[in-house]
Amino acid sequence: MVLRPSKSVPTTKGNRNPVVKEDLAKPRRSHPSSATKSRKPSNAPKVPRKKKPKERPSDDQPAFQGPVKRIIKPENQLELSDKELDEDVSRILTGDDPNVPKNVCKYSYKDKCYKPDPPGQGDNMATHFSILGTTLHIDSEECKKYQDNEATSDETTAVNDTKVTLECQTSTSRDSGSAAVGASLHIKNQFNYSERATQTFNNPLRSRGVHTTPPPITQFSEQANQWIIYDSYKSECLISMMELKHDGGSRSTSFEDKLASIVAGKDDEAATERSDMMHSESMANALKIMGRLVNQNAEDDIFTDFKYYEDPADSAKPGHGTLLPLWRFSNSRTSRKQVTSLCWNPRYDDLFAVGYGSYDFTRQSTGVVCCYSLKNTSYPEYAIRTESGVMCLDFHADHPSLLVAGCYDGNVSVYDISTGSNKPIYSSSIRSGKHSDPVWQVRWCAGRSSNKEMNLYSISSDGKVAIWTMSKNDLKMEPVMLLKHNNLSKDDFGEPPLTGLAAGCSFDFNASLESLFVVGTEEGNIHECSKAYSGQYIKTYDGHHMAVNKVQWNPFHADIFLSCSADWTVKIWDHKSPQCLLHFDLGNAVGDVCWSPYSSTVFAAVTTDGKVHIFDLSQNKREPLCSQKVVTKARLTNVSFNSNDYILIAGDDRGQVHSLKLSPNLRQLHSANENSEDEALQKKRLMKVLSTINKNYAT
Amino acid sequence: MSTQTLEAANDSQINSVEMEETVARIRSHKGVEAVIIMDRRGAVIQSTLSEDQSTAHASALSELTGKASNVVGMLNQNEEDGDDELTFLRLRSKQREVMISPEKGFILVVIQNLSLVES
Repeated sequence: MVLRPSKSVPTTKGNRNPVVKEDLAKPRRSHPSSATKSRKPSNAPKVPRKKKPKERPSDDQPAFQGPVKRIIKPENQLELSDKELDEDVSRILTGDDPNVPKNVCKYSYKDKCYKPDPPGQGDNMATHFSILGTTLHIDSEECKKYQDNEATSDETTAVNDTKVTLECQTSTSRDSGSAAVGASLHIKNQFNYSERATQTFNNPLRSRGVHTTPPPITQFSEQANQWIIYDSYKSECLISMMELKHDGGSRSTSFEDKLASIVAGKDDEAATERSDMMHSESMANALKIMGRLVNQNAEDDIFTDFKYYEDPADSAKPGHGTLLPLWRFSNSRTSRKQVTSLCWNPRYDDLFAVGYGSYDFTRQSTGVVCCYSLKNTSYPEYAIRTESGVMCLDFHADHPSLLVAGCYDGNVSVYDISTGSNKPIYSSSIRSGKHSDPVWQVRWCAGRSSNKEMNLYSISSDGKVAIWTMSKNDLKMEPVMLLKHNNLSKDDFGEPPLTGLAAGCSFDFNASLESLFVVGTEEGNIHECSKAYSGQYIKTYDGHHMAVNKVQWNPFHADIFLSCSADWTVKIWDHKSPQCLLHFDLGNAVGDVCWSPYSSTVFAAVTTDGKVHIFDLSQNKREPLCSQKVVTKARLTNVSFNSNDYILIAGDDRGQVHSLKLSPNLRQLHSANENSEDEALQKKRLMKVLSTINKNYAT
Repeated sequence: MSTQTLEAANDSQINSVEMEETVARIRSHKGVEAVIIMDRRGAVIQSTLSEDQSTAHASALSELTGKASNVVGMLNQNEEDGDDELTFLRLRSKQREVMISPEKGFILVVIQNLSLVES
């Protein structure tokens, strides 16, 4: 409730005492009479009167008196006469609060200067009492609305609640009528409304525990990897299959089950087959054939030449021939090695072995044996690595997979190339005997000895010719021949050799006289020896001036043999005569010579300038039919004819093997039946040729 | 048993290395376009082609091989000692040669482009 003093009250001019002021400020607390008094200036005369009763209690006390107002005049109060007092002074009482300052200045940000801020609407309001509640004032608009709403609502509920609300009625005014009573029924007020709650007992907590024996603990650890998993699956599968089989008799399984078991079994088999199949022998075989086919397709032109090309120039130039270069066999493994030996396989005429090593004493390293096939010219069929450089090779005539290799360190090893392993099946050792110098030639013995052991011969520069016996466990060496210097007496002015033996370089066994063989030595001598007399030579030929690189008997005529030497010459000998029948000077050191297998009068020689020379004595007794440079920078070291096709292979000191096809002039056969000119005829022809030189060969 | 399996594993290891080498050698030849190994039903086991190509080739070539071996079998029926078998199949086109080597359990196929070889 707010009191708003708005009436203008006439006040006396001199009535400025604090009492009056207090009355004005707190009109409710002041007695109404004092207010009326203060309003009227006529009360002023009563002041002395009032002083009297104040004096009175001091006189006759204690008299019952209400609170007495004492008026204390300030000393500087004007003394006014009655007339002045009666004069009316009008004052207007305004609603303004005198305590509110009127001279407040505030900075206005809008105008950017200080401005007087007069008190606004709410500044003069003073709240004396306020209360929040659910009661509504009976006169208020809100109440009327409320009552209207209630009047429309059900009357019966109002009747039921009448008793309850009777007490409430007292708080509302009596004259509000029955409608007001009904309306107030539902008013919740803060005086008779209370919330109720009940507390019940909480459920008491209980805990109960039971101890049991702990379950047993076992520790288990296992490694699992793929093959273990595979094995376990496999075994499980086996077990299940066993069970199936076992049950098969007693229990009749359905068709589906049987099918499933069969399929499972087949799948399992297929899986194992597949894993094995990838590395099986048939796979290796298929790959080998495929490799050959692909190679033949890739080198189709060379293969066509090999089979069908005949040099047309030959018909125009009789007495001259050419060599057609075909494949070049090389391998990354052998590029820094020298070809030291070539050997065709006696049974498979497309297969040949190449021995790699080094002739140079200072550049010795490991050796390699490669077996190439003409069916795959790009890669060797077999390759065998050896510790020391390979110097010579020979295939066994009856066992074409047996290959003997003589090494630079004096060892002789026998390999079975069909196994494809690097390990020799027999190898010489210091215990069983070995050569102390490089082995220059090895040769299998035709046939077997009395106790059916295979034998082979070897010759080395330590001056020994040895026979090796392949027994059950090892390779036994027995010296056959010690190559003594027999001409020491002749030229004893010369420096005596360091050892008592002459260094052997090459040998060859006579085909018809089994015990007879010729040996070429480093000094240049050629000795005819016999297995029967190990101590001495049968004959010594005054052969060459330098090392004899090769001696070879003629394959058709048992008395004739061929020798070549580093002294640039090739000589043809009859073993009955100490002098050579023919000699050819080739202008360079001759590395190798070889009789052709198809004609008794044809042989080939290779020289260090890279040329291959082909001679046919029946056509030309002095000059080669063909001298062709095969390699430009390398030296040729070996040559060998193929027994079936008209090709020869020549090895050089760069690790390459060149295959060459002979032109028609180089392979003339003087017979109606070209393919099988028999031996007698061949022999006769050679004798005829030689008879023109030496009268001993007169037919 | 463990040593045996180890040895066996070792053996096949060496073999597989050799096999890989041989396949690589075949591939290195002039004009060789593809080397495919598949089983008799045409599932590719190993191939140098992309997956799509090799499956396509394999299905066609396995079918062809099956038919070819059927033909050989038919020829065989007339003869008394009937153990003839298809061992190789070469298919020559203007540009290519397809070489098929049917073995027990697998088929090895090499495709070689001969026009590349010529040039």
